[in-house]
Amino acid sequence: MAANPDGTGGLPSAFLTPGISSFMEFLDSYRPDLLPGNRALPATPATVEAPHGTTIVAATFPGGVVLAGDRRATMGNLIAQRDIEKVFQADEYSAVGIAGTAGLAVEMVRLFQLELEHYEKIEGAVLSFEGKANRLSAMIRGNLGMAMQGLAVVPLFGGYDLERGAGRIFTYDVTGGRSEEPGYAATGSGSVFARGALKKLYRPDFTAEEATTAVVQSLYDAADDDSATGGPDLGRGIFPIVAVITEDGFNRLSDEQVGELARTIHARRLERPDGPRAALM
Amino acid sequence: MSTPFYVSPQQAMADRAEYARKGIARGRSVVVLTYADGILFVAENPSRALHKISEIYDRIAYAAVGKYNEFENLRIAGVRYADLRGYQFDRADVTARGLANVYAQALGNIFSSGAEKPYEVELLVAEVGAEPEGDQIYRLTHDGSVVDVQGAVAIGGNAEQITGYLTRRHEHTMSTSEALRLAVAALGQDGNGGAERTLTPEQLEVAVLDRTRPQQRKFRRLLQAQLTRLLATEGEGAAESPAEGGKADPGEE
Repeated sequence: MAANPDGTGGLPSAFLTPGISSFMEFLDSYRPDLLPGNRALPATPATVEAPHGTTIVAATFPGGVVLAGDRRATMGNLIAQRDIEKVFQADEYSAVGIAGTAGLAVEMVRLFQLELEHYEKIEGAVLSFEGKANRLSAMIRGNLGMAMQGLAVVPLFGGYDLERGAGRIFTYDVTGGRSEEPGYAATGSGSVFARGALKKLYRPDFTAEEATTAVVQSLYDAADDDSATGGPDLGRGIFPIVAVITEDGFNRLSDEQVGELARTIHARRLERPDGPRAALM
Repeated sequence: MSTPFYVSPQQAMADRAEYARKGIARGRSVVVLTYADGILFVAENPSRALHKISEIYDRIAYAAVGKYNEFENLRIAGVRYADLRGYQFDRADVTARGLANVYAQALGNIFSSGAEKPYEVELLVAEVGAEPEGDQIYRLTHDGSVVDVQGAVAIGGNAEQITGYLTRRHEHTMSTSEALRLAVAALGQDGNGGAERTLTPEQLEVAVLDRTRPQQRKFRRLLQAQLTRLLATEGEGAAESPAEGGKADPGEE
């Protein structure tokens, strides 16, 4: 970029143009080729085999939100990776979990993290929670061309809204449509089973620990019925990634903490494979 | 039509330099110094919203004096440069040295091109290392020259006097509160010919690049309550223990 002729030496004029506080907008004006949404697509639809990430779940509790994701990436009927990470810190008070084409999703997360950080540095203020959710929406919309070719990315966005003082969850569809979910949500191939399990277990007055247990239970159920979702791998010591976000910020639980929880759940499942029962009446 | 006067290049450059220096000399100074856990930035700035000290990237911060719109423009360009570079390559590939080079070229070109007036700014770019030996501070002047600074430096109106005061007393092993008190005392020398002043926390903008911070981003602003506490720990015996408290702070913030 130092060789750019229309700038003042090391700084191309695009760098000195005032008024853009979005990194994506800046990239679009200066290096549009680096923006994922601007990539040229093949004229004829082609099916591409690429690793896919699967199940992400989230639940709110008074004072925060918990996000969790399994660790399996699949390619067709093969397990492509056993320890993939699908839950990422977006900024101090939010996280994003990704289901869909792993390569594109991870790139989207990098750009999303940067978008939030860039805005924060330029403006000296943090984006509102709705603002963050909308930025993510725009990025998914930019990926629509890829999604039409089978390379969809469907994230789940959760965090602590400092203005409201509560945990919030947003889910998205491939067109970038977002919807706020009250209480709990899930996305990805195992989400139907995870959501069903979570629906029965969920209570709005959960503590952080109870919410954490409930989301790990629901991932266990998703792995039980969906081959693309990985259960806790006790042999290899690979456990779900769990992030708790409260007023104190983002906190990813350690492998020891999640491991202990997963082992407890597994031990109970040996006695009752279908998991904890919710009261009928 | 009048014939244009011949002005020698030396004279033209000297005039431009004098113009820029005068602009810079009007503002208050900013002080940057290393301490045991990182790099401390202290500016006299009563504004809460218009910053003289800012974060550029994970381990890099920026301080400036002079004309606000000019140094703000450079700051934003620096953030864009750093973010783009980190996105294109890796976060580890963004360095203060690279950023200082880019600023030097930009300032140098603006200074020597006749088309634009020279920028009335002076900048500091600093990067905190994983170890104290890795700390880097670069000072950039209005004409694009870069100086690699060791330990402590001031920019702005009364920079030379303050830098002299600082370097005589500065130690790399200072605690947060020791470094802060030295910086505030140094800024107090800047009386614009008048008597020494004592600056209160309300008049200060303070930030640190703290290598002990667990997060990837090491930049942190110190708020008024913290400043009051750090400045209040005067005296020999009291100097050490609150400094320990200061070190534990980053987590709670």
